[in-house]
Amino acid sequence: MALVEIKNVRKNYGPLEVLKGVSLDVEKGEIVTIIGRSGSGKSTLLRCINALETINSGEILLEGQSVSTSMDGLRQMRQKVGIVFQAFNLFPHMTIEKNVTLAPILTGKTDKRGAKELAFSVLERVGLADKLNAYPEQLSGGQQQRVAIARCLAMSPHLMLFDEVTSALDPELVGEVLKVMEGMAAQGMTMVLVTHEMNFARNVATKLVFMHQGRVWEQGDPKTLFANPQTPELKSFIGHHAR
Amino acid sequence: MPNFNFRPLWRYEDQFIDGVLTTLLLTVSATAIGLVIGIIGAVVLRSGPKSARIGVRAYIEIIRNTPALLQIFIIFFVLPTIGLKFSPIQASIVALSIYFGAYASEILRSGLSSIPPSQIEAGLCLGLTRWQVLSRIVLPPAIRNIYPSITSQFVLLLLGTSIASQVSADELFHAAGFIDSRTYRSFEVYALTCGIYFTLVVFFKIVFALVGRAVFRWPTRR
Ligand SMILES: Nc1ncnc2c1ncn2[C@@H]1O[C@H](COP(=O)(O)OP(=O)(O)OP(=O)(O)O)[C@@H](O)[C@H]1O
Ligand SMILES: [Mg+2]
Repeated sequence: MALVEIKNVRKNYGPLEVLKGVSLDVEKGEIVTIIGRSGSGKSTLLRCINALETINSGEILLEGQSVSTSMDGLRQMRQKVGIVFQAFNLFPHMTIEKNVTLAPILTGKTDKRGAKELAFSVLERVGLADKLNAYPEQLSGGQQQRVAIARCLAMSPHLMLFDEVTSALDPELVGEVLKVMEGMAAQGMTMVLVTHEMNFARNVATKLVFMHQGRVWEQGDPKTLFANPQTPELKSFIGHHAR
Repeated sequence: MPNFNFRPLWRYEDQFIDGVLTTLLLTVSATAIGLVIGIIGAVVLRSGPKSARIGVRAYIEIIRNTPALLQIFIIFFVLPTIGLKFSPIQASIVALSIYFGAYASEILRSGLSSIPPSQIEAGLCLGLTRWQVLSRIVLPPAIRNIYPSITSQFVLLLLGTSIASQVSADELFHAAGFIDSRTYRSFEVYALTCGIYFTLVVFFKIVFALVGRAVFRWPTRR
């Protein structure tokens, strides 16, 4: 059983159909990168996986379970799925430690005493253990994004979703975030990421998904697809983005 | 140069003190009730059904665009004709609460909408409940954003309680009128009254500034 099973999902915003029957499986431990032109539905697909958007038809299963429609079911699912956005979305009024421990404390994953240790250990994983008492405003974009990742890690997620998490960063800060993500990949985290980082898609990912006009246009082994795109659309996309 | 003499006012110390206490009673009661109205109003404006939103909007616009003096007269003089009788103090509290509630609704609504939806999304994605997201993630920065306007509104309310004198609630301004009529020392009475209002306002402003500085410690952009 795949960790995530997406079956023939359709999604529209009013008359605009954004996902036109998307099917995709993500196995445990897989690193799936989703690439595609702007507007092809990448973010929408990611947001459907943790039910930030409701789907119009089809089905999404997480660990074999259909995403619940009850508030309680949704919350339990989201506690297992971390998502990081392009705009870090840290909570400005909390220290880094509070940002990271808020959810584990409120959902009963840890008590107040265990929280400090938890914060230290996840921040150490992203290389920011010395920033426990700083506020988000006092960190660089790259550091904020690493805290956002640590905030998800503190919930011990089974799956991590990333939506263009390096796109808002100055070029010299991209590397530090990618390094953290490579580290997570090496430790066996299941990850689905939308990205424009073609090197990451080629060298780190275990599966490449090319979306085009609301469909999964091509998918497969990244190195094979990069070397040998089957469709003219992917070929021209790679042509535009390859360095 | 007229001959100022504050001495005759001393016998009326008790009236001044009672006036101040009543003014504070009106201010604090109307703030408390008005804030409750404001919270309900703001929540309805943000996520209530359409008819309720229109109702709240109408309430806000009517209260903010008519004289407060007229509002208090309606409560004190008109409502009794349909059987709702209030004492001067009660009528003043009701009128001032409704008045403050209208401004508070609008201020609190703007506070809630000053928080980007992505903050709410981030909270929900961590598996928090809506209430946890509201109380832990949305409200603290929202309150900080509206702190200057809600505290100014409080000061305007404090000064505005003087209209309660017009339905003979014996707050500070009413007491001043009474003492003036007894002593014929208009200048001294109103100078002192002015000084008392001014002192009250400065006192609250200092308290608000200290509280603000103690509570809102996190750095912000700009
Ligand atoms: N909330 C919304 N309401 C209406 N239309 C939307 C909404 N969100 C997205 N869309 C539309 O859906 C389509 C797909 O959007 P989506 O954000 O999934 O694209 P994307 O592949 O992530 O693009 P990008 O690379 O620019 O982020 C776009 O045409 C977009 O305009
Ligand atoms: Mg997108």
